[in-house]
Amino acid sequence: MSRPASHSHAVHKDYQGAKLGMWIFLFTELLLFGGLFILYSTYRAIYPHDFHAGGQHLNAVIGIINTVVLLTSSLTVAVALSAIQKGSRRLTLQCLGATIVLGILFLANKYVEWSEEIRRGIYPNGPELEKLPNGGKIFYGLYYAMTGLHGLHVLAGVAVLAVMLAFVWKNRVTTTDYVKLENAGLYWHLVDVIWIFLLPMLYLAA
Amino acid sequence: MTNPAVGAVPAAWGYLEQGKRKGIFGWLLSTDHKRIGVLYLATMMTFFSVAVLIGVLMRIEQLTLDPPLFPAQTYNAFFTLHGVIMIFLFVLPGLSAVFGNFFLPIMIGAEDVAFPRLNLASWYFFISGALLAVVALFTGNGPPDTGWTFYAPFSIRTGTNVTLGVFAAFILGFSSILTGLNFITTVHRMRAPGMHWHRMPLFVWSLYATAWIQVLATPILGITLLLVIAERLFGIGVFDPAKGGDPILYQHLFWIYSHPAVYIMIVPAMGAISEIIPTFAHRTIFGYRAIAYSSMAIAALGSLVWGHHMFTSGMADQANVIFSLLTFLVAVPSSIKVFNWTATLYKGSIELKPAMLYALTFIFLFAIGGLTGVIQGALNVNVHLHDTYWIVGHFHYVMFGGTGVGFLAALLYWFPKMFGKMYNQKMAIVAWFPIFVGFNMFYFTMLVLGYMGMPRRYFTHLPQYHEAHVISSIGAFIMAFGLLLFFGNLLVALWKGKKAGADPWGGVTLEWRTSSPPPMENFETLPEIHERPYVFNPEIAR
Repeated sequence: MSRPASHSHAVHKDYQGAKLGMWIFLFTELLLFGGLFILYSTYRAIYPHDFHAGGQHLNAVIGIINTVVLLTSSLTVAVALSAIQKGSRRLTLQCLGATIVLGILFLANKYVEWSEEIRRGIYPNGPELEKLPNGGKIFYGLYYAMTGLHGLHVLAGVAVLAVMLAFVWKNRVTTTDYVKLENAGLYWHLVDVIWIFLLPMLYLAA
Repeated sequence: MTNPAVGAVPAAWGYLEQGKRKGIFGWLLSTDHKRIGVLYLATMMTFFSVAVLIGVLMRIEQLTLDPPLFPAQTYNAFFTLHGVIMIFLFVLPGLSAVFGNFFLPIMIGAEDVAFPRLNLASWYFFISGALLAVVALFTGNGPPDTGWTFYAPFSIRTGTNVTLGVFAAFILGFSSILTGLNFITTVHRMRAPGMHWHRMPLFVWSLYATAWIQVLATPILGITLLLVIAERLFGIGVFDPAKGGDPILYQHLFWIYSHPAVYIMIVPAMGAISEIIPTFAHRTIFGYRAIAYSSMAIAALGSLVWGHHMFTSGMADQANVIFSLLTFLVAVPSSIKVFNWTATLYKGSIELKPAMLYALTFIFLFAIGGLTGVIQGALNVNVHLHDTYWIVGHFHYVMFGGTGVGFLAALLYWFPKMFGKMYNQKMAIVAWFPIFVGFNMFYFTMLVLGYMGMPRRYFTHLPQYHEAHVISSIGAFIMAFGLLLFFGNLLVALWKGKKAGADPWGGVTLEWRTSSPPPMENFETLPEIHERPYVFNPEIAR
């Protein structure tokens, strides 16, 4: 059998393969957070009261605002994908821009929230945290670890979406070749899904 | 064919001389899976020799009773480095990064892996992690002294440079995940026409099973190591008993990854053995499906036995019993492989070429390693054997006798294909004697020492263990000499070796149907597959 035109290494586009690779990568991300979820459940079983108190202390309003922000951003990234499929480059750019802004807004809220806790002396080895029982120290340790790691993922997602914005701008992601954007969107949804778990575990646990 | 210059000549020196760039950058920036495989080989061999050297230094330390040659802290750094380098930079990427990269695409009739650029990125993650590990040795307050397991709470309290060492392991984990992801996608999407799942060579099956473990288990190590770093930098307390954290949870998380990881190390070696045995028995493999599925079974069962590293750490009795049972069960798929290899040899016309000799050695040593594993998987025996030289002996039988010798066998088998040159076969067999004799003196003595009660990781020993320690050390020196012969022989072959033909062994899988070394695109014409693998022409078998 003679080989098709793609004998050289240059052109090889396999969208299903690209998406398969992305999904496997998303599994690894889930398992990364899975380790933290195991720790959370174990310690919650050991220190139920301290975790309850910790949940009461955290600012659920900021948590819920951030949930709305992140869910909306998932919507805008989904619209961006539909828009590029339908050939509306302008709408794609607008929606990607909106997603990036919402991502940054999420991080800004997180900054306000963390600063407030730190100002109160609740941070690892902080004066107020030292007064809490062991379960409290673990709760806030996990709070910082989980929201911190999630925050890093939001940051990475914003960076990836910014690259996608540039790609759409330069017509490297187009209405016929949009798998990169689709994968970036999948990643952004994952960041969103993880947050959906973090919100009840940390803020609504009370 | 887009480049007529490449296409016109069926390239005498194949991928070694073709490519977009010339010189060193032709290698460092190449996305060709074969070149990346060779890059891995070169880096891994460098680190392997360093770790062997450290191992020899440790054996020199045990030659003397009093006074010790190296201070205790130096010895602690030695076993940590030896473990970290051997595990993370040699046996873990091992066959999968070198031979997997080189041969997986060829064996399924593809041009390359699914994501060639990601593949190159994996190597860069690998080399960055390796370099960070080296930096960790010479900066901060001395090299890490925790052992390769980084057990909390010691790893969060010791003043040595653990943070950087742990971060290096994290980066290496990234490399492993990306390689696994790449291989899974490649197997799913890149098979040549007619290459059905049950026509894939068994090495490919083993890589596929391994890739799933890499993808599913490594993230757990990632988060565990990140938490150790967070613990050391910020003191978040999750593994610190002083703050209510539970160090046993560290052990759970660590072994949830690190037990499956030993199957990442051994399964590709089993795959290579499954290639070598039929080629030199000139007979189709016995129990193809059993061997293929047992790789998957090992991947699945192996993920559920991590607790057997922690029988003495303090777990519920029920958990201990279940983990012990599962440990016995995981021996089943491994023995299925051993029985099928043996059955393949039966009535085959066996040719004892060097690769075959090393493959048979693999079976012998792996059987000892596997069976000692079953012994220590029994709860009551484990209490006696835990943290003794028995354990050290056991895992060297599996990791070196298994993966290490499997690596040597694979190297002998595929070297002519990879570099187009033939080594001195007699010399490879001569090198086998010191390796085999030294190996058994070295590690079997450790099994005995452990049974007598010698604890591992001590810089010195009591007088009653002295004789055995001396025997073990002499074995180590003999083995190191054998390794020197082995690799010296291959290095000489790189310069002076005679040209090897396309199929020097009479192998029948796809890699033998292209020139040695293979051209940049692997095949002149895309192969089409009409039958299962390992069908030998009776005339070749003679």
